[in-house]
Amino acid sequence: MEFLSYLISGISLGSVYAIIALGYTMVYGIAKMLNFAHGDVIMVGGYISICATSYLELPGWLSVLLAMAVCTVLGVVIEGLAYKPLRQATSLAVLITAIGVSYFLQNAALLIWGASPKGFTPIIPATNAQGEPNALPLFGGQVSISYISLLTMGACIIIMLALTFFTGQTKLGKAMRACSEDKGAAQLMGINVNRTISVTFAIGSALAAVAGVLLCSFTTSLMPTTGSMPGIKAFTAAVFGGIGSIPGAFLGGVLLGIIESLAKAYISTQLANAILFAVLIIVLLVKPSGLLGKYVPEKV
Amino acid sequence: MLKVNDINVYYGAIHAIKGVSFEVNDGEVVTLIGANGAGKSTTLNTVCGLLKSRTGSIEFLDKNLASIPPHKIVELGMAHVPEGRRVFQQMTVEENLEMGAYTQPRVSIEPNLERVYEQFPRLKERRKQVAGTLSGGEQQMLAMGRGLMSNPKLLMLDEPSMGLAPILVEQIFDIIKQLHKAGTTILLVEQNARMALSVADRGYVLETGKIVATGTGDELLHDEAVKKAYLGG
Repeated sequence: MEFLSYLISGISLGSVYAIIALGYTMVYGIAKMLNFAHGDVIMVGGYISICATSYLELPGWLSVLLAMAVCTVLGVVIEGLAYKPLRQATSLAVLITAIGVSYFLQNAALLIWGASPKGFTPIIPATNAQGEPNALPLFGGQVSISYISLLTMGACIIIMLALTFFTGQTKLGKAMRACSEDKGAAQLMGINVNRTISVTFAIGSALAAVAGVLLCSFTTSLMPTTGSMPGIKAFTAAVFGGIGSIPGAFLGGVLLGIIESLAKAYISTQLANAILFAVLIIVLLVKPSGLLGKYVPEKV
Repeated sequence: MLKVNDINVYYGAIHAIKGVSFEVNDGEVVTLIGANGAGKSTTLNTVCGLLKSRTGSIEFLDKNLASIPPHKIVELGMAHVPEGRRVFQQMTVEENLEMGAYTQPRVSIEPNLERVYEQFPRLKERRKQVAGTLSGGEQQMLAMGRGLMSNPKLLMLDEPSMGLAPILVEQIFDIIKQLHKAGTTILLVEQNARMALSVADRGYVLETGKIVATGTGDELLHDEAVKKAYLGG
C-alpha cells in the first residue's frame, strides 16, 4: 500500500512534467529549437495566478485562464522579439538566446515579486471547510488520491489527446507538421511559416501556464527560480520519450515522475535527481531517439 | 502570364544570375536548360519569392511580385515543385496532397484530390502510406500532384527527372505532355535537355547565370552549339 501511494504521487508529479514536456516537444518539433525559457514561463504563470487570486480576488479557475492568457502573449512576444530575428542563425545562437531569455525572465520576476518565496494557495485545497481531506479514498481508506492529483492527471491526458488530435486532424496542425519537416517546402505550399511558429509558441506557453498553476499547487510556494528545475526535468522527459513526439512527451513525463518518486522513497532523497538523469543516459545509450522517437528512412 | 525582366541574384558575393529575362505565355511549356550551376534553380526560386533579385522585376498575371511574400505568391496561382521533390516524408500521401491545397477553400479539396488520383493512380493506392516509404518515382509523382492541388495557373517543375530510372523519366515526361494538353502552363527546369526540349514549346539556355540562346524546342534541338554543349554532339 505504501508503494501504491508513492506510485500515485509519482504519476501526479509526472503528469506535471508531462504537461511541461508537451510544450517543449511542440516547440522543438516545429521550430527545431530548444526553448530553455520554457521553464521560466511556468514560473510567470504561477505568479500571475497568485496575483489574480490575492490582489484581484478571482476564483482559482479564472486565475488559471488569466495565467494562460498572459503566458500566451508572453510566449508570442518572446518568440517575435528574441527568436524570430534568428531564424537563419545557427542553432547554437538560438540556444544561447533562449538561455538569455530564461535569465531575463527570472531576474524580471526577482524585480517585480522579490526573492522570498510566496505562498501559493492550491486551486483545490488539501482539506475542505470541515477539515476533511479533499481526496478520493481507495481500498477502504488505506490509500487516497487527492483531488488535485486527479485533476492534474486528467488535465494531462486531455491535453495530450487534444494535441494529438490537433496535429493529426486539423489543417493548422498538419501545417505545423509540414513546417517541422521542411520550412522551405511548407512555404511553397502557401503556409505562412512565421505565423505557424508563433501559434506553436502560443500553445506551448499556454500549456506552461497550466503546468505552473498545477506545479505550485503541489509545492505550495513560488520563487523566481521555481521553474528552472522542473523545466530541465521536463526537457529530460521530452528527450526520454523521443523529442518531437507527443505521446513520447507524455510517457516520458509520467515515467520520470514515477522514477523520481520511487527513488526518493526507496533509495535516497538526495540522489533522486542523479538517478533520474542516469536513467536518461542509459535510455539514450540504448535507444538514441528516445522511447517513442521515430526513425524514418529517407529516400532520394 | 509570367514576365521576368533583368533579374540579378547574389549569394553573398557570388553573382549567380546576371540580368536574366524571359517570359512564359498562357498554355505554353517553357523550359530552362543548362548545366549544373548555370542558375536554373536559382531563377525558379527567385520567381517564387524564396530569393530576392536586386534589380529588374518579375510580373505574374500583371502583378509585380517584388513585395509579395512567397506564401502569398502561391495564392496568386503559382505552384513550385522543388528540386529533390521535398515531399513531407513523415506525412501520408493524402496529407501531403492536402498541404498542396493549403491555400484552397475546403470544398475544392475533394474534387482536386479526385483529379490528382486520376492522373496518378499509384498515389491513390498508397494514399494512407507515409511519403518517406515511397520510391523515388512515386515521390516525384507526389510532388507534382501536390503542386497541382492548388489549381495552379502556372506550374514550375524543377528537375522532375533527377535521379530517376529512364523508364520513370519517360513516365514523368508523358505526364508533362498530358498536363500541357489539358492546358496547364508549365515552366520546366531540366538538365535532361533532350527530353525537356522535346516537350517544350520554347526554351532558354542558361550558362553561368546568363541566357545564351533561345528559340522553339525544335530550333534548340537542332542548334549546333546547343547540340554540342548539351545534347552530346
